[in-house]
Amino acid sequence: MITLRRGALALAFLALALPACAPREPHFALQSVSGLLPRLQFQLTDDNGRAVTADDYRGKLVLLYFGYTQCPDACPTTLTMLASVMHRLGPQAANVRVLFVTVDPQRDTSAVLKRYVAFFGPQFVGLRGDDSALTTLTKRYRIAYHREPPDHNGYYAVDHSSAIFIFDTAGRPRLLAQEGDSAQTIAQDLQRLTAS
Amino acid sequence: MHAILLYVSPWDFSPTVALICAAAALAYTRGLRALGAQGRPQGFWQPFAFFLGLALDYAVLQTYYDYLSQHMFWVHRLQHLVLHHLAPVLLVLAAPGPVIAAGLPASWRVRGRELLGRAPFAGLARVVQLLFRIVQNPLIAPLLFVGLIFFWLIPAVHFGAMLDIDRYRAMNWGMAVDGILFWWLMLAPRRAQGQAAVGYPTRILIVCLMALPQILLGAYIALHSTVLFDVYGICGRAWNLAPLTDQELGGLLTWIPAAMMSGVAMLVILRRLLIEEGEKGPGPARLRPLTD
Repeated sequence: MITLRRGALALAFLALALPACAPREPHFALQSVSGLLPRLQFQLTDDNGRAVTADDYRGKLVLLYFGYTQCPDACPTTLTMLASVMHRLGPQAANVRVLFVTVDPQRDTSAVLKRYVAFFGPQFVGLRGDDSALTTLTKRYRIAYHREPPDHNGYYAVDHSSAIFIFDTAGRPRLLAQEGDSAQTIAQDLQRLTAS
Repeated sequence: MHAILLYVSPWDFSPTVALICAAAALAYTRGLRALGAQGRPQGFWQPFAFFLGLALDYAVLQTYYDYLSQHMFWVHRLQHLVLHHLAPVLLVLAAPGPVIAAGLPASWRVRGRELLGRAPFAGLARVVQLLFRIVQNPLIAPLLFVGLIFFWLIPAVHFGAMLDIDRYRAMNWGMAVDGILFWWLMLAPRRAQGQAAVGYPTRILIVCLMALPQILLGAYIALHSTVLFDVYGICGRAWNLAPLTDQELGGLLTWIPAAMMSGVAMLVILRRLLIEEGEKGPGPARLRPLTD
């Protein structure tokens, strides 16, 4: 019994000590999500109407964000902020893709998405899929979205997450940016991620 | 039709949960029939408590409710109230052990006993028994029970559980299993517990003391003026609800019904105490009627 307890203690100690031996990550200002989420994976249609998967974006840093083009406040604010991040990155921005996945594929056709994301910059890609493809992706990243009932003009809002998931060039989830993180913070962390 | 299917089908299907629930329900039903045929019917309330407890556990883990718990703090707190308090109390009060045993095919019981006498199962059984004795220690069990609630509500830990599906599953499994272990120790009759039995007065003391940290934690969350668990805002709430209202409701659920379970448990323990005292027959401490 005593040896068992000792064994358990030694195991607990090892479990605590092991992470300290792992190669140290550079210090990020954003929330780290390494190991918390699965690799980037999806099957959607891009704003040119082409079928795309996560593999098409390997080799780029990927920022994944959910929203819809008729979003009154959160999406334009976030995307404008991300455009400012791209601006700060300068030539390095060519290595980044912002994937804007619509939670409102009924109204956001490929053409609508293309016009919308072009406004923010060449690194922005609009993606859409049917409800089942969208649910597969939102489930994978534990995101909720919810369509409100339409008003008398037929307009409806869609509540959605505010998270920006950041994946490295191998598609591994690394960081999570959220409302309140500044363009400067995000740009600096993207630079650190490129360097690491 | 499609909507109903969405609500009752599992959000995150777990073969383990489905299998355990189905096997338990099947064995218990067979046991009820077998015992009934032997002239030992189980009455209404214990089978009712068993099936209700099992159905509650299944419902909060394997329906659309699970999706809502991942995206609304108060729904998540209610899920844990069911997994950690309500369902296990019902399951323990149902005392389904003998009925389930009677429901297993006789050949399984013989094979099982044989296997447990042999290596490696004999060694495994000893390790399980040792672990069981440790977690059923009257000091460790309540610490573990309250500790688990506190641990998963540390904001950083909670954040990880709501992003990483494996941690989320481990959290819910831990709650369900610990609930059954703890309430078994508190509520089962002493004679059913064998060696590990804890005296009834000690149990009353434990359930009273453990209510206190739960009340404090629930009140802290409910009355906190800033958002403690930002993961719901980041990943999106299941429907439109003000973050602080969500937190307040979640805190209240951690505070009041959880503490009330201590009251219910105390009544059950008192009843067991009185019944067992009565079974001992007139002892020397009893008042004798005056004869002169």
